[in-house]
Amino acid sequence: MPVVAITPDYKFEAKDRFENFHGNQIVYVGWDHHLMFCAAFAYPLPPTTTFADLRDKVMPEGFAVHPEYSKINWETATWLLDNEPFKPQLDKSLEEQGIGHKSLLRFQTPELKGYKNAGV
Amino acid sequence: MVAKKLNLKEKYRALTRDLDWDYDYADRKKAFPYEEFEGIKITDWSKWEDPFRLTMDSYWKYQAEKEKKLYAIFDAFSQNNGHLNVTDARYVNAIKLFLTGVSPLEYQAFQGYAHVGRQFGGAGARVACQMQSIDELRHVQTQIHAMSHYNKFFDGFQDWTHMHDRVWYLSVPKSFFDDARSAGPFEFLVAISFSFEYVLTNLLFVPFMSGAAHNGDMATCTFGFSAQSDEARHMTLGLEIIKFLLEQHEDNVPIVQKWIDKWFWRGTRLLALVGMMMDYMLPNKVMSWKEAWEVYFEDAGGALFKDLARYGIRMPKFVETTAKEKEHISHQAWWIFYTHGHAAGFHTWIPSAEEMDWLSEKYPDTFDKYYRPRWELAKEMEDRGERFYTNGLPQLCTTCQIPMGFTEMDNPTQISYRSSDFEGEKYHFCSDGCKHIFDEEPEKYVQSWLPVHQIYQGNCGGADVETVLREYYKMNLGEDNMDFKGSPDEKRWNEWKGKGVA
Repeated sequence: MPVVAITPDYKFEAKDRFENFHGNQIVYVGWDHHLMFCAAFAYPLPPTTTFADLRDKVMPEGFAVHPEYSKINWETATWLLDNEPFKPQLDKSLEEQGIGHKSLLRFQTPELKGYKNAGV
Repeated sequence: MVAKKLNLKEKYRALTRDLDWDYDYADRKKAFPYEEFEGIKITDWSKWEDPFRLTMDSYWKYQAEKEKKLYAIFDAFSQNNGHLNVTDARYVNAIKLFLTGVSPLEYQAFQGYAHVGRQFGGAGARVACQMQSIDELRHVQTQIHAMSHYNKFFDGFQDWTHMHDRVWYLSVPKSFFDDARSAGPFEFLVAISFSFEYVLTNLLFVPFMSGAAHNGDMATCTFGFSAQSDEARHMTLGLEIIKFLLEQHEDNVPIVQKWIDKWFWRGTRLLALVGMMMDYMLPNKVMSWKEAWEVYFEDAGGALFKDLARYGIRMPKFVETTAKEKEHISHQAWWIFYTHGHAAGFHTWIPSAEEMDWLSEKYPDTFDKYYRPRWELAKEMEDRGERFYTNGLPQLCTTCQIPMGFTEMDNPTQISYRSSDFEGEKYHFCSDGCKHIFDEEPEKYVQSWLPVHQIYQGNCGGADVETVLREYYKMNLGEDNMDFKGSPDEKRWNEWKGKGVA
């Protein structure tokens, strides 16, 4: 629904459009049922970043502190891209596999139940 | 013959309604350009019942008396080193949050009421809003004076207006009021006077003011008492605007309902910060957030909405979610701040063993199962000398701007993710409520100034967090931020209290 406004053409450019990030896109990454991290991380990355770089270079900065992080089996971990099942291709870039600006990536490791099995 | 002295009733009329006049050569619509665009239909402004029953001259007299007493207490507080009487220096962090997060909202309220106090066509509504506007200006001033004493002895009080405009978590209260003030005058009153002041204000004022009383903070507590009679008047205005709009025209009902839905949800999200203050930041607890929600919203608000049912108004949308959230949100909010304690302008800490037992008792269904393990992990790390500060910036909700740390209420270890696409852009939300608000007015929220995205766009003075905190937020690093343990605040407190260094 449109905004009920006093001006007839209430229209503004999106503040967070891709062009404003100096060549980067935003990618959010969250680890389901691991709430040591209060929220998904937001990363500014060139769209040419490979998935391998995202997973192995960018993500550990924030995630590696978790006691279960080193136990993750990336072969069996599952992913959601914008809430749809997703099979990442490690050698392909973000843009080549449809990970867009402000896309949300979530991964699941059902065998790891979090700190004290409490989803932490 | 005209009496020399007006009686009370005549004087009241002369100083309120009589300030209005008829327009014979100017176009009335041009004089009140904001009155119609929201779709609200007013057929007869004379039906407005003045909620305050107060004239400006009696207002001055009455407030001046109150203020004289208030400042006498501030003086005494200051001369007697009143800050030494608070329960424990952790308490002071609650009022740092108040000064940076709430006092600037009083100023925003002053501006908002001054604006609508000019724009309503009815003199009664204009006078009421102008008086409230002056109240709000007084509140921000007296709050500053109440807390200025603490600024001499504790960190984090020095640059509160600057911080309010820039610091990531303060964009939550700031954007709440920006949203209300950029709406039309009727929505502003439904948002602030009704939804916030009438329905939810006890949840802000009681915790902070009773919290102050329970924790030996005489200055803040006295301010609270002094403001109480003003707040009572403001609540009356909130109820009057709702009744007036609903009685004026049946077409107003769905518009008002939509605003109540929106502002109730916006309010509950804002109050998550108060919830964590009650449950975690007050060394002496008043009551739990859950108990406060039950008393001040579920019981009192429930009765109110029963009364409003005859106008065709129902409970706000998503109220059933809040019944579940009361078990969770204070814990989730404090965890957000604890894990971002390096980037907060006040101190954070792990609750003590006794405090955790209190939380278990108050939250028997949720604390031990979901939240105690988070604190145990934090403690384990702290004991190893690796106090946990999260490394990276969080995803934020486009509407409430809080980091997306709230969970599904039926699945409390899973973050609640919602999103919408609008004109080719993706937007993310923490809840159905925040998504619904966006979907109703996407053009408004595509402008959200989300602190994390602004940092990444290079608009906050630097690329790394430390530069942003130091240069853009003007935090004194190592003093204002980080854990309470080891802070200069704690060190000074222990020296004053002769406790030695912990």
